[in-house]
Amino acid sequence: MPLLNTADRLAALPSTGRVFIDALERSGLRGRGGAAFPTGVKWRAVAERSRGDAVIVVNGAEGEPQSQKDRALMTARPHLILDGAFIAARVLRARRIVLYIGERHTAARDSMLRSLGQRTEPDSGLVGVAAAPARYVAGAEAAAVHLINDGLGTPTNTPPYPFERGVDGAPTLVQNVETLAHVAVLARTGATPGTVLVTLAGAVAKPGVVEVETGATASDAIARAGGTSRAPRAVLVGGYFGRWMEVDDARRLPLHPESGIGCGVIGVMPSNRCPVCDVAEIMGYLAGESSAQCGPCFFGLRALADACTRIAQGGSSPDDLARLRRWGVEVRGRGACKHPDGAVIFLSSALTVFEREFAEHEPHVARRSA
Amino acid sequence: MSRHVSLVVDRIKCDGRGLCAELLPELIRLDDWGYPILAPGPIPEQLVPLAQRATEDCPVLAIALRRAERGR
Repeated sequence: MPLLNTADRLAALPSTGRVFIDALERSGLRGRGGAAFPTGVKWRAVAERSRGDAVIVVNGAEGEPQSQKDRALMTARPHLILDGAFIAARVLRARRIVLYIGERHTAARDSMLRSLGQRTEPDSGLVGVAAAPARYVAGAEAAAVHLINDGLGTPTNTPPYPFERGVDGAPTLVQNVETLAHVAVLARTGATPGTVLVTLAGAVAKPGVVEVETGATASDAIARAGGTSRAPRAVLVGGYFGRWMEVDDARRLPLHPESGIGCGVIGVMPSNRCPVCDVAEIMGYLAGESSAQCGPCFFGLRALADACTRIAQGGSSPDDLARLRRWGVEVRGRGACKHPDGAVIFLSSALTVFEREFAEHEPHVARRSA
Repeated sequence: MSRHVSLVVDRIKCDGRGLCAELLPELIRLDDWGYPILAPGPIPEQLVPLAQRATEDCPVLAIALRRAERGR
C-alpha cells in the first residue's frame, strides 16, 4: 500500500526537558504493557540516573498470544510511537533507542521502519532494532534488556532493575508502544487521549482491536466488537496473565489500566466450551513458556498443568484439586520474574469461577469411547 | 532502629540441593520438587547464627542474608 509520507504532515515535536516528567505525573498515565506502573515515576527514576547515556527500549514484543493491540498500533500509528520514543530520548538524555518488536510481527516492524525512514529529526540516528523471540516471557522488561545485551531473551534477577542497570549497563526505560503513543499525544496537545486499546477475543462477532474511552465498560467494548456470538460462560480479562471473571462482573468492569485489565485482552468463553479443558491447555502452554531457570516455576507449573490435564482427561479428583490449591499458593513469588505468579493467579481465578466444573468434571476420553 | 535480617534466595542459582532446609528447618522447608520455601518475616535473633551457617554451606551459594535497617 503506497502511503504518503505522513511525517511531512507532522508539526515539529515540541521541545521539552525534565519538566515534561511533571506533566507526565500529573496526567496519571500508566504503562499499557500489563503492569500499569505509573509512567512518570518510571521516567523520573531513569532521569535521575542518566548521564546522557540512557537507553530507551520501545517495547513491542507483545508475547501474550491473545493480544494484538501493540502490533495493530505499530502498523496503524507508527509515527506516534516514534514521537513518544524521541520525546523520551530527549527528556531522559538517551544515546540509544531500541525498537524491540516481536520476531513474527513483520507488518508491525515494516511499518515502524518505513516510518523511521521518513523522519528527519537527528533522534532517528539513535534508533536500532532488535527482534523479540516469540516467547511469552520475552516482553518482560528484564528479558528485553537481556536479549538486547546478550542475545538471550530470558528474564534475569532483579535488582538491578533496568532503570538502574539495563541495556549496556546504562539506565534504561523499557516502555510499551501504546504508552509511548500516549506520551506523544500528551506532548503535542497537553492532554492524554483518554482512551485505551483492547483486544477482543473468543466468542465475539468481530474479534480484534478496538479503542474505547478510558472507563468505558467491557460490555461497551464487546458491543464495539459486534456483541457476543454465543452465550458466554465466563470472561478472561488480561490474557493468560489475567483472571477469569463471571460474565456479569466482567461486563461492568471499567476499562482503564488501574482496573486490572492487564494488557487489555478481553476473551469471551462461550458456554459450549469445556472450561476445564481450556484451562488445562493454557496451563500447559504457560508451563512450556517457563524459561526453565527457576525450579519452582519450571517444575511447579509443569506439575500444575499435569494435574489440570489429569482432571480434564480422567475426571475430577479431590487429591488433584487439593494439589492445585496448595501448589498454587506455594509457587507464587518464587521465581526471578513474575511468570509463575501470573500463571497461578490465572489458575486460582479459574478454580474460583469454574469451581463447579472442576469439581464435577467427567473424563472426556471415557465419555467419547462410550 | 533495630537490625532486621532476612534470607533471600537467588532463584536462578538455586539447584534444589536442599541443604539449607536440613540446616535451618525452623525457617526453611522444601516444596514437592526440593526447592526451598522460606518462612516470611525477619529471622528471630537467636536463629541468625544458624541462618548464617546455612548460607555459607549452600553448595551453589544461592542463599544469602540481607541486612536492612528497620524503621525510618
